[in-house]
Amino acid sequence: MTTPTRRGFTPTPPDRPWFTMADGIILLVVVGLLALGIWIAEAAPAEVRGPEISLSISALPFYALHSVGRMAAAYALSFVFTLIYGYIAAYNQRAERVLMPLLDVLQSVPILSFLPVVLLSLTAILPEGIAVELASIILIFTSQVWNLTFAWYQSLTTVPRELREASGVFRFTRWRRLTTLELPFGALALIWNSMMSWAGGWFFLMAAEIFTLGARDFRLPGLGAYLQTAANEENLAAIGYGIATLIIVIVLLDQLVWRPLLVWADRFKLEMVESDNPPQSWFYDLLQRAALKDAVAGVLAPPGRAFDRLMDRVLPLPHSVSAGSNSGFGVGWLFLAGTVAAALAGAVLGGRLLLQVPLDRWIDIGFGVGATFLRVVAALIIALLWTVPLGVYIGTQPRAAAALQPIVQIVASIPATALFPVLVLALLAAPGGLNIAAVLLMLLGTQWYLLFNVIAGAAAIPQDLRYTTDLLQLSGWQRWRTLILPALFPYLITGMITASGGAWNASIVAEYVVFGGQAYQSIGIGAQITSATADGDYPRLLAATLAMVITVVAINRLVWRRLYRLAENVYRME
Amino acid sequence: MATSNGAVLVELKNVAQRYGRGEKRFTAIEHINLTIREGEFVALLGPSGCGKSTLLRIITGLSRPSEGEVRYRGAPLNGVNPYATIVFQSFALFPWLTVEGNVAVAMRARGMPAEQAHARAVELIDLVGLDGFEQAYPRELSGGMRQKVGIARALAANPELLCLDEPFSALDVLSAETLRGEVLELWTGGQLQIRAVLMVSHNIEEAIFMADRIVVMDKGPGRIIAEVPVTLPHPRDRKSDAFVALTDRVYGILMGQTQPEHVEFGTEPGQAGRTRALPAAEVTELAGLLEHVNNTPTERDDIYQLAEELGLDFNNLQALIEAAELLGFARVETGDLIITPLGETFADASILARKEIFASRLRRLPFFRWMLRMLEASGERSLRREVLLTALERDFPPDEAEQQLDIASKWGRYAELFGYDDAQGRFFLEEIATPA
Repeated sequence: MTTPTRRGFTPTPPDRPWFTMADGIILLVVVGLLALGIWIAEAAPAEVRGPEISLSISALPFYALHSVGRMAAAYALSFVFTLIYGYIAAYNQRAERVLMPLLDVLQSVPILSFLPVVLLSLTAILPEGIAVELASIILIFTSQVWNLTFAWYQSLTTVPRELREASGVFRFTRWRRLTTLELPFGALALIWNSMMSWAGGWFFLMAAEIFTLGARDFRLPGLGAYLQTAANEENLAAIGYGIATLIIVIVLLDQLVWRPLLVWADRFKLEMVESDNPPQSWFYDLLQRAALKDAVAGVLAPPGRAFDRLMDRVLPLPHSVSAGSNSGFGVGWLFLAGTVAAALAGAVLGGRLLLQVPLDRWIDIGFGVGATFLRVVAALIIALLWTVPLGVYIGTQPRAAAALQPIVQIVASIPATALFPVLVLALLAAPGGLNIAAVLLMLLGTQWYLLFNVIAGAAAIPQDLRYTTDLLQLSGWQRWRTLILPALFPYLITGMITASGGAWNASIVAEYVVFGGQAYQSIGIGAQITSATADGDYPRLLAATLAMVITVVAINRLVWRRLYRLAENVYRME
Repeated sequence: MATSNGAVLVELKNVAQRYGRGEKRFTAIEHINLTIREGEFVALLGPSGCGKSTLLRIITGLSRPSEGEVRYRGAPLNGVNPYATIVFQSFALFPWLTVEGNVAVAMRARGMPAEQAHARAVELIDLVGLDGFEQAYPRELSGGMRQKVGIARALAANPELLCLDEPFSALDVLSAETLRGEVLELWTGGQLQIRAVLMVSHNIEEAIFMADRIVVMDKGPGRIIAEVPVTLPHPRDRKSDAFVALTDRVYGILMGQTQPEHVEFGTEPGQAGRTRALPAAEVTELAGLLEHVNNTPTERDDIYQLAEELGLDFNNLQALIEAAELLGFARVETGDLIITPLGETFADASILARKEIFASRLRRLPFFRWMLRMLEASGERSLRREVLLTALERDFPPDEAEQQLDIASKWGRYAELFGYDDAQGRFFLEEIATPA
């Protein structure tokens, strides 16, 4: 069982009020960013025609390559951003005070709200083709980056003290400390989170390649655009081909990239014991046997050393050994000053836009938040109902796990947004069709987090405790109440935190659908955001986005953080 | 090599380390004056929490003292000392590097070309007796072998001052003993660049076995209380009279004498004067110790003997003895532990009677008097843990305040003075609220 249990979510230190001054400032910064984008967007060209998307099978490999390229570009951006942002946050206390709450708020911003703003503001300043491509990459970036950055920051701040001191005593430069200590220490967390990031990226890629806004029609050749076009034309065969291609791409990436990486990274485990069943990869073994490997390594070694020497000079001896110390205070002040300036600008720009939203619109938004909340709760409950029994079964029966694990992994890897057109097609005719479809989409997007966590939790129940409950002859509900549920609790909470975040985000795609050329919408904050976008009503878009951000942050801090702490303190198995 | 006329390597003048500010300011170590000369093997000895590791980090430049002066070969130390290395208690090896990689990295970081670093690493690995394991990963090695890698890596940095931070305390008894001998051999062999060794230890025997001079520290706040030269020739015989006499003497210094009650007790938390920290002693172990001493014919026991008989680590034994003194169950005189009549009664008593004796003694301690008064004064006769913790943080640094409250919670619950509800994090007085 190799499912990670520590996902992107990081609870902030306990005993802090749930909303602080800093959060207020950060929120203003986000408003400012959105408002700035909207302000630029108003200069965007009034009419745009996208390229035609072909539904023939022969176009699929080409589209798949384009989509993967886009994902890779966004991922490279995420990775670089992560390294720099996390490093500064970990090593500079003043910057940390701004950067970490900012990250917390940013990860709650509904990504798809960004799209029109990013897209239009880019077309206002760049040639159309580049702008659309760049906007799509930025959107995917925002779906990949936050958990990665959290993971890197967290691993930087948890490097064991004595290893840090050893790096100081042996006079490592910052570069050498990064490559010898910090990157290896964070490698596993970075890889697991990269895999999650790619999954998140696929989810939003489906919506990020094609975009209509009145007379502006943005399209990019890619799998997402293909599936959307197929859905619009109600071409079921094409939808099937598209989904099949997607699955093939995802499985290939898993086998050729992520599995080998995991096997390779097994050496970076900190534990001083050999693992019982290390991860396996046929492709990694193949690469290991290849004679070419040594040749390549031999050729690369000298320039590698030269690069090391260069970087030793660029990132020289640190002033201080420990993370969280105030080295390079200039950067810290710069961050603080920049943040305050951005917050002020945000207050002015955002305030002007928000004042244009009439009262009854605000009431709509309020109802929308309530309706979406109910949907999220419904999706979570349904997910719990089926994942807990199945997860416990898989987790406690090694033989079942061996058989079901690969199937579950492949099914889980299909981004829910790709299946959505099929769902809508099936359910639109039913009473309350879109409502059910919306809940189902949220469910599809989030149940896997729960399932994987339940499996991991069930597998981690100590054998001794299982024997004890057998000896005490606890059975049925007694057994669940005294052993299984308490043991699962921390895993359930971790899974539900991610799931609920994902469900809120999915509401934007789920509550407002264009299908067969017609728009359907239900009451909800996601529908508010999407319809505001379609109408080009920016003040309402900003208001609805803000309402969603505040709701999600509040739920995280008031509900999840407390439950998480409870899980950490009471229900942890050690 | 017990010459102490060599040139001065390290010089500390009036060094202090303080953390926090305002009411929560606390002192880890203060008034530290220490000189280490070429040719010396110095051991820093003291109970846990006396700041010996803090001192080691100041000497190596890993942390900067808040007061005082640190000089190395006469020049003020600025940043990490390039002439010093550390062998860590937890080995601090990079698990993703091979044995050779771990040793070579110390040289590569100093700019040595790869081929040369490789050759030297192989030599050093051979020197510590690990040849054949160059390509092994640390997780494949036993604790003792890992520490050998730690030593080889420290030597690779070609240090003048070799610092050992409790290097043997994470090892099993046999490996530790072997490795002690091997380190001494490396040191007395003299073919290395090392000019002096500084070892942090809480093991009295180990310090006497290895060092030329023992710097004894005590806690609250951490300070040097004695310096004991060891002039016995190597190899030292643990059974020799001189060795045993020296061990007794150091035990005597570390354990001190039992003070009159008002001095032992200290003041209540939050009041002027020094609040006595509760020793981290388990009640069941304390009872075991008293039973053991009670059963010796003389009703007194040499503390050094006790440590051996009970197989107790020095830190642990010291906490138990402190607790026995504080509760009036035993006295310490010239390195001996003497059981008091009350201690005898306790050792002989039934489970319930023990609890009563324990409770009556706890009620006399300022710490518990304060806690009980706080609990009675609060409306519901119960208090949230955080409230007590915040109050304690005025007398102790945060980590220790928490530890103090944990000890108080264990003792108080054993004596049934008060209860503690873990789920709610509340202390409460028993008579009123009994848990379901």
